[in-house]
Amino acid sequence: MSQKTKPCPTPVESVAVRFAGDSGDGMQLAGGQFTSATAILGNDFATFPDYPAEIRAPRGTTFGVSGFQVHFASHAIHTPGDSVDVLVTMNPAAFKMNTGDVRQGGMIIADEDEFTKVNLKKAGYGPDESPLADEVLGQRFRIVTVPISRMVREALAESGRSAKEIDRCRNMFALGLVCWMYDRPLEPTIDWLESYFGARKKLPDVAAMNVTALKAGWAFGETTEAIPQRYTVAPAELPAGVYRKISGNEAMVLGLAVAGEKIGKQVSYCGYPITPASDLLHGLAGLKRFGVQTFQAEDEIAAVAAAIGVSYAGGIGVTGTSGPGLALKGEAMGLAVMLELPLIVVDVQRAGPATGMPTKTEQTDLLQAFYGRSGEAPCIVLAASSPADCFEIAIEAVRLSTRAMCPAIVLSDAAIANGAEPWLVPDVSSISPIPCSHPEAQPDSDEQFEPYRRDPETGARRWAIPGTPGLEHRVGGLEKQDVTGDVSYDGPNHEHMIAHRAAKVARLADIIPPIEVGGDVAADTLVLGWGGTAGAILSAVNRLRDEGATLAIAHLRHLNPFPSNLGEVLGRYRRVIVPEINSGQLRLLLRGRFLVDVRGVNVIQGRGFHVEELVEGIRAEMAEEAS
Amino acid sequence: MSVTDHSLPTYKPKDFMSDQDVRWCPGCGDYAVLAAVRKALPNVGRRKEDFVFVSGIGCAARFPYYMETYGMHSIHGRAPAFATGIKLANPDLDVWIVSGDGDLLSIGGNHTMHVMRRNVGVRILLLNNRIYGLTKGQYSPTSERGKVTKSTPMGSIDEPVNPLALALAAECTFVARCIDIDAKTLTATMERAAAHEGCAFIEVYQDCNIFNHQAWFYASQKDTRPANTVDLVHGEPLIFGAERDKGVMIVNGRPRGVTLGAGGVTEKDLLVFDETDRTLAFTLANMHCPDLPEPLGVLYCNPDRPAYEQASREQVQAAMASAPGAELQDLVRGPDTWTVGG
Ligand SMILES: Cc1ncc(C[n+]2csc(CCOP(=O)(O)OP(=O)(O)O)c2C)c(N)n1
Ligand code: SF4
Ligand SMILES: [Mg+2]
Repeated sequence: MSQKTKPCPTPVESVAVRFAGDSGDGMQLAGGQFTSATAILGNDFATFPDYPAEIRAPRGTTFGVSGFQVHFASHAIHTPGDSVDVLVTMNPAAFKMNTGDVRQGGMIIADEDEFTKVNLKKAGYGPDESPLADEVLGQRFRIVTVPISRMVREALAESGRSAKEIDRCRNMFALGLVCWMYDRPLEPTIDWLESYFGARKKLPDVAAMNVTALKAGWAFGETTEAIPQRYTVAPAELPAGVYRKISGNEAMVLGLAVAGEKIGKQVSYCGYPITPASDLLHGLAGLKRFGVQTFQAEDEIAAVAAAIGVSYAGGIGVTGTSGPGLALKGEAMGLAVMLELPLIVVDVQRAGPATGMPTKTEQTDLLQAFYGRSGEAPCIVLAASSPADCFEIAIEAVRLSTRAMCPAIVLSDAAIANGAEPWLVPDVSSISPIPCSHPEAQPDSDEQFEPYRRDPETGARRWAIPGTPGLEHRVGGLEKQDVTGDVSYDGPNHEHMIAHRAAKVARLADIIPPIEVGGDVAADTLVLGWGGTAGAILSAVNRLRDEGATLAIAHLRHLNPFPSNLGEVLGRYRRVIVPEINSGQLRLLLRGRFLVDVRGVNVIQGRGFHVEELVEGIRAEMAEEAS
Repeated sequence: MSVTDHSLPTYKPKDFMSDQDVRWCPGCGDYAVLAAVRKALPNVGRRKEDFVFVSGIGCAARFPYYMETYGMHSIHGRAPAFATGIKLANPDLDVWIVSGDGDLLSIGGNHTMHVMRRNVGVRILLLNNRIYGLTKGQYSPTSERGKVTKSTPMGSIDEPVNPLALALAAECTFVARCIDIDAKTLTATMERAAAHEGCAFIEVYQDCNIFNHQAWFYASQKDTRPANTVDLVHGEPLIFGAERDKGVMIVNGRPRGVTLGAGGVTEKDLLVFDETDRTLAFTLANMHCPDLPEPLGVLYCNPDRPAYEQASREQVQAAMASAPGAELQDLVRGPDTWTVGG
């Protein structure tokens, strides 16, 4: 290869890069580091890690393929991108599973050394197939073959390490090459390698090997003729301030810790491992220095029961899970509704039913959150709209749950839980405290304490905690006489209590923000979303409006209760379209509640919405009704 | 153990009586247990407001309503998990779990096992009537094989679980057995349980007057108890019988009932009880009538293992002590940031 100087990087507005390989190839790491390098350059970004449920599926098979997509831009973006501009594939299986997502004319970089007969066969290619030389593919994409494995082995020939250990650095070569292509600095990755492998794991040679491979990837870019062009993406215009990268699960962990401080109580997180919620348990387990307590229970039911025990004793009891775990917690949550205790239940939704597709996203637990308990047991229901929003929604959940003395279910989903975006770091001191009080001791009182006497404003009962002299009382799942809390089988009292438990939650609408309508407020069509699809819906609506459509847009984070003005807002529009990653659960609720003929755009394929399919879906709904 | 508190009020059993009418059937063994608990609590050196009674569902599980303490009547089988949460949030509370054999060994078997192996500092009273009382008489996991009930008209085909052996296998650090109407042993055992740091488990032979009456009569009555049970006293040989002329001896590694004097057997040949010997406790837990007397009192006590909630609290305290200036703002900011504009 001759040493040629290449032209200056060409500016482009937005790029989606995907790293794809075997689950053992370190693609999540490469993608994460590429994101950090991108963040430092001030781009807006959104990421989409896509990994298999199998921990170590047989190497080279299609079901062991792991991918990490990074979308970055010089303007605001809200999704990880519908299609990929540059795909890096570390083996034939990754090539096979991912080419379908590359845009026409996009680039595919393939580690040619891995396209051996054996590997092609493992990926399910026939004996005569050679995808890298396929003419049809070659016309659609720019396929660049790079001898990644060989180059890494050459670069690390002197390391004295085994071929297996050397091959583990292939991801860094690929990362170095893509960093070169998009003019991203290597320093953040080098710093990370040195602190992780060097300082933490005490493996400085491993750190050095990875750094060598990373630099070799960059150097390869500078010398190869196969990639003549470099690109750059200018910083996005984001509000001024200090930023960090944050995923939904990280934000939820921080939000819960901050909520504990804001209410002046210990947060006790009681969980049972389940994808994609386990990182909440892991994250909070690492925050003991902030007074956070964690408890890995024997099962989902024990986890929620322990959290309720914590709340009963005066702490902030939190449990987290995914859909199957929420189903198991239902009975105990019903008890918490009856006991009128605060409780936070985070549900990081995944594709169901049953085990479904555990690593894939879905918005299919909304009705379970509303109704998944015996009897009429209303809970507060909130849904985070983006990775960063998980922070605020966690604090909101603690605020509302302790105010109404009622469990709050927080819906997140696999896409926002694992996806990351830039986050303007909030000033913790500016977050308002969460008011909370307990009835005072009455050591000398002969009067029986009345545990279900209520605050006239909120309708909540008083949170009397064990250890307080004079307030001894019993709570339980049997229906209560209002005020006294005595067991009661009285029919009218039961009806009153059912109504009151619902009214307490409904009353929260007085203090939650009204729903805001954006876009063309005066349009006759409103696109209304909820939860983690906010970014995709906004992108789709913006695109349609750029094309000339008039559309209003709004998004729900509070689902029970709905914002107080929601009925009025829905009534203003001739057409209301609700895109959801389910078969129409919010649609059903809105129709039932507001008698509005809500239309849906529904895609349930285990991934977030593609902007393009939303654009088409909304367009089709508009056309249908117009005709 | 709690430090002696001189300002502690002097309680009487009636101070622990709530204003609720007790709704068990007349003659139910639960009454006797309730009376014994009310009698024991004034002696355990704790303030009334620090007691929390937690139960699951069943006749036995109505217990908390009748105690003038804090209490939670929870859901079927999960009392140990609720109690664990209460202890985690406030290790200083004195938490008692009272529930039935169906509740704690069937639907809640999992939680019972885990609260024991974690050694959460709770006291568990398992009111074992060998039947589902509240649901009107189905066989339970402690019913003997062949039990004829509404759900097993041809007799049950399940082997019963042995609650004491289960507790020992689950690493419970205090394992005992009492009889509902034996107030003396019951009160004394509960007082000991209350002084135990870790998880204390007491199986109580409880008579369900309606659906399984007399199930324990072979062991609970004046004329049956001496011959069919043996009271365990730490450091003493196992002697039983109305005339105290019978004993338990280990022969070829197995317990065998013997008569003192017969064949030259003397007290010195008898098995001497050691409550710190877990292997011995297993042997005792597996002594069944009619072959051998059934042990009563404390079978096993290991006061040395730390309680779970204390260990949890200590981890948090240690982490906080090792990071004195830890600021949430720094955590929220994280190690990798970049600045836009400004
Ligand atoms: C989820 C659930 N399943 C079933 C029941 C019905 N149920 C109530 S109590 C009980 C059995 C109680 O037996 P036990 O624990 O031995 O208590 P006892 O009534 O004998 O004191 C059952 C099956 C229930 N309350 N909840
Ligand atoms: S059914 Fe049996 S256990 Fe239940 S209260 Fe009546 S006698 Fe007691
Ligand atoms: Mg029973």
